[in-house]
Amino acid sequence: MSIERGLEYVGLKGIDGPLIFAEGIRGVGYDEVVEIISPRGEVRLGTVLEVDANAAVVQVLEGTEGLSTSRTRVRFQGQPMSVAVSREMLGRVFDGLGRPIDNSPAPFGGDRRDISGDPINPFSRVYPRDFIQTGISAIDGMNTLVRGQKLPIFSGNGLPHNRIAAQITRQAKLLGEDVEFTIVFAAMGVKNDVAQYFIRNFEESGVLDNVALFLSTASSPSIERLLTPRTALTLAEHLAFDEGMHVLVIMTDMTNYCESLREIGTARGEIPARKGYPGYLYSDLASIYERAGRIKGSEGSITQMPILTMPNDDISHPVPDLTGFITEGQIVLERDLFQRGIYPPIAGLPSLSRLMKDGIGEGHTRDDHAAVASQLFAAYSHVKEVRGLAAVIGQEELSPIDKVFMEFGEQFEHKFLCQGEYEDRPIEQTLELGWDMLSLLPRGELHRISEEMLDEHYREREGSEL
Amino acid sequence: MNSSTQSTVTRVNGPIVDAVGLGDAQMYEVVEVGPYRLIGEIIRLQGEKGTIQVYENTSGLKPGDSVHPTGAPLSLELGPGLIGNIYDGIQRPLPEIAQHSGAYIRRGEKVPPLDTERNWRFTPSAEVGQRLNPGDIFGTVKETDLIDHRLMLPPGTSGTVVEIVPEGEYTIHQTICRLDTGSSIRELTMTQRWPARRFRPVRNREDVTIPLVTGMRIIDTFFPIGRGGAAAIPGGFGTGKTMTQHSLAKWSDAQIVVYIGCGERGNEMTEVLVDFPSLVDPRTGKSLMERTILIANTSNMPVAAREVSIYTGITIAEYYRDMGYDVAVMADSTSRWAEALRELSGRLEEMPAEEGFPAYLPSKLAEFYERAGAVTNLNGSPGSVSGIGAGSPPGADFAEPVTSHTKRFIRCFWALDTALANARHYPSIHWLTSYSEYIEDVQSWWEEHDAEWATLRLETIELLQHEDSLQQIVTLVGPDVLPDSQRLVLFVADLIKNGFLQQNAFDDVDMFCSPAKQVRLLRLMVELHRRAKQIIEQGAPLVEIRDMQCIPKLVRAKSLTENDDIKRMDALLQEMIRELDALKEKYR
Repeated sequence: MSIERGLEYVGLKGIDGPLIFAEGIRGVGYDEVVEIISPRGEVRLGTVLEVDANAAVVQVLEGTEGLSTSRTRVRFQGQPMSVAVSREMLGRVFDGLGRPIDNSPAPFGGDRRDISGDPINPFSRVYPRDFIQTGISAIDGMNTLVRGQKLPIFSGNGLPHNRIAAQITRQAKLLGEDVEFTIVFAAMGVKNDVAQYFIRNFEESGVLDNVALFLSTASSPSIERLLTPRTALTLAEHLAFDEGMHVLVIMTDMTNYCESLREIGTARGEIPARKGYPGYLYSDLASIYERAGRIKGSEGSITQMPILTMPNDDISHPVPDLTGFITEGQIVLERDLFQRGIYPPIAGLPSLSRLMKDGIGEGHTRDDHAAVASQLFAAYSHVKEVRGLAAVIGQEELSPIDKVFMEFGEQFEHKFLCQGEYEDRPIEQTLELGWDMLSLLPRGELHRISEEMLDEHYREREGSEL
Repeated sequence: MNSSTQSTVTRVNGPIVDAVGLGDAQMYEVVEVGPYRLIGEIIRLQGEKGTIQVYENTSGLKPGDSVHPTGAPLSLELGPGLIGNIYDGIQRPLPEIAQHSGAYIRRGEKVPPLDTERNWRFTPSAEVGQRLNPGDIFGTVKETDLIDHRLMLPPGTSGTVVEIVPEGEYTIHQTICRLDTGSSIRELTMTQRWPARRFRPVRNREDVTIPLVTGMRIIDTFFPIGRGGAAAIPGGFGTGKTMTQHSLAKWSDAQIVVYIGCGERGNEMTEVLVDFPSLVDPRTGKSLMERTILIANTSNMPVAAREVSIYTGITIAEYYRDMGYDVAVMADSTSRWAEALRELSGRLEEMPAEEGFPAYLPSKLAEFYERAGAVTNLNGSPGSVSGIGAGSPPGADFAEPVTSHTKRFIRCFWALDTALANARHYPSIHWLTSYSEYIEDVQSWWEEHDAEWATLRLETIELLQHEDSLQQIVTLVGPDVLPDSQRLVLFVADLIKNGFLQQNAFDDVDMFCSPAKQVRLLRLMVELHRRAKQIIEQGAPLVEIRDMQCIPKLVRAKSLTENDDIKRMDALLQEMIRELDALKEKYR
């Protein structure tokens, strides 16, 4: 039967957590796929982590529960983990390894691809410049998303990151082009409710046929999560670069992914770096995030929006920290704003989009966009200082100009940041709103905007001279 | 089976591969591993056994696969065609790879680093019978409009010219000169090979005396780096390390720039590739790409090649230094390089020191930064390599091992600050935590622009320090309780931050600031403070100063006045002084 497909051995030397140790083997390659057949006949998948002349260390993706050392069989497949990808996968639900779990047969045909992918040649990349309008002022106005960017959402437990991600998938569009985003959704270790929430959302907006879901929820074995984003991105690469589609990849929750990586590292007895995470966490995350982008010779693009929860809202935790070093910015959610009822609670200052500068301005959005954004950041940053001061000396004692800034801060949070979950604001509206806010401040305070732009947009008010 | 000549793989653990049958191999010799002939380097030898670090993905590699020694250490091919190119960590040209195998980098790519078919116009400068020593120049090739590629005798080679070809078009591997070395005839081509990990020898190391002008005010005026100096830019994510490095690569007055993207984002390298060819060097009027060499080993490319990419970059820099050029090397980021060391060290099961980093991290860092320097080359020409390394400390904590050890080997520290970056104050180099030890070295150079340079600089820094201590009072009780003389300090400090320290990398004028304009801007601010202080002591309220006509012009002078419009800057100073004099008169 399957003898030709690989070498089969009976018995293991040892089992330790998610790892099994096979001995007396020959001709096994690093990183190849292993089928593990439990004493009860179930087939599980694993990959080779280390191999020497007659032994191999294998990580079992579906857990080692029920395996025994004497009666477990292992079958080495002689090739790395791969998945068959095709357009037919849209509208379907898969597990983390790309096997259908929606009670329908596997999609017919398709190209088998190594899920690790190869690094994109930097020379072959196309620099991302196309503005994506999400309809959310805090993002479009101040942290603009660009097609081909990787922009994560840094959230905390209980914050509405899923609602924001769903709103973005509903509203994201390119100005002047009538193309829909194809969505690839990867869930790692999230609760089943979260997965269902997204499915419902896709159904409501009628895009479910344009979505491929890869679910490895909290109840699935934790090691499977290590492959989920790679499987999803392998499909995304096919859709974007072979089929020319614009793909938006949502991956939630990257913190769970990193925890699985730590689990494997610990089981192997590796020397940990920070907080027990392996020293290669950065390179490993990069091998996922760097699969976003655009390449020469293809119309398509991959835009990534990973979601991660910061343990204890700590942005210096290794997972958000290393992610921030790889991704092109971050959207940070703030508990304080959330508790004051502001949706979306996107933190004004720590959020950043690195590709914004090339995706905005004349020909993309509007010529005053960069100046407005920069001035809003500067003014809001001053608001934070003034608030600190007010907390000490009381609001009454503030100088007149600082009181104006306090007012600006309130208006900015309640009118500019805050908006409805189904409110889709065009970029012009966002920018006009920005000017409404800036016009609360005396003209002389707006150092970051040129005189000509102020002449054109600043709204003079009667008796507002200070 | 013949184990003494045939070497085979015994164990595979990611990029680290063990092999037997390496009795004749040398440390750091390059080997080709397995059926794809992956490139690797021997990093440990024990009898017949050896450990190899492989520069490519080792998926599918099996114990029993063959290992082929090449007999040479990891060497670079140096010659015309380097400039304008983009290489991976082991000097494979990425454009050629893209032509071969499309948008992805596949394994086992073997592409020559330099174009072997292109004809270069060679002009000889040595004559038959002339005695040449190591480093001596025997001819030149016009590599770009900006750069004359001077062909030198490799270090360790000397002899008498017995034949040299006439001026004409030749390819890089044609023999263009024959040398009688006394024992044999040596044939020279346009290229030479040099091991990446070895320092290229010089005659003498010299003192740093000239600043590397970067066009960034906070660097040039406050924390200058000298030509041949070493600097570090550490900063948390989002603080603008890469933007700062890009600005330095664009506008610094080095003749050659080697930019190493080491474990960073792919799109950032693409940005350089898209931007640089269209940008014009303000000094030469030529495209910036005509002086730039890129090394790109992005974060998702193999980690072992990331480790070596730093050495590849600096060896190329030294090669151009040897010709007599001032070269600047930017490495972004040294933290990723240190992490590559850590990852490889972990897989070698070495005993870790701090935070899992190997104990030899400091000596490796020193090796890199010490290769920067101002020198007299073997051929007597002056040259320099300035080294600027970005750092990505986790959690923006400068006490972590890479940043704290780096501080021991550099003399210029540009600390990027998260709070400044959050307020979008760029460059977010903090004026109180940064330092430069090159100030005295470059002082006399600056004093040619303004004899008072050192005083102006010191006064500004003192003012900013004063402001910082006043801010601590302000956060407790508000600014209104301060006397006007102290509120003046706050006001002028604010002007300095907005009108001098902050610099817009996207503004056509402000992106580069000439030294002449820098000192004039600085003088504006300092003069304002000096004179306004007197006026306030005479009893004038601060609001009189605040409401002066010239204040908005002061803030915007950085982007409204062209770099060479010295007259306009001087006129602005006069205008300000007139206005201040009038106030002084009023309150006399």
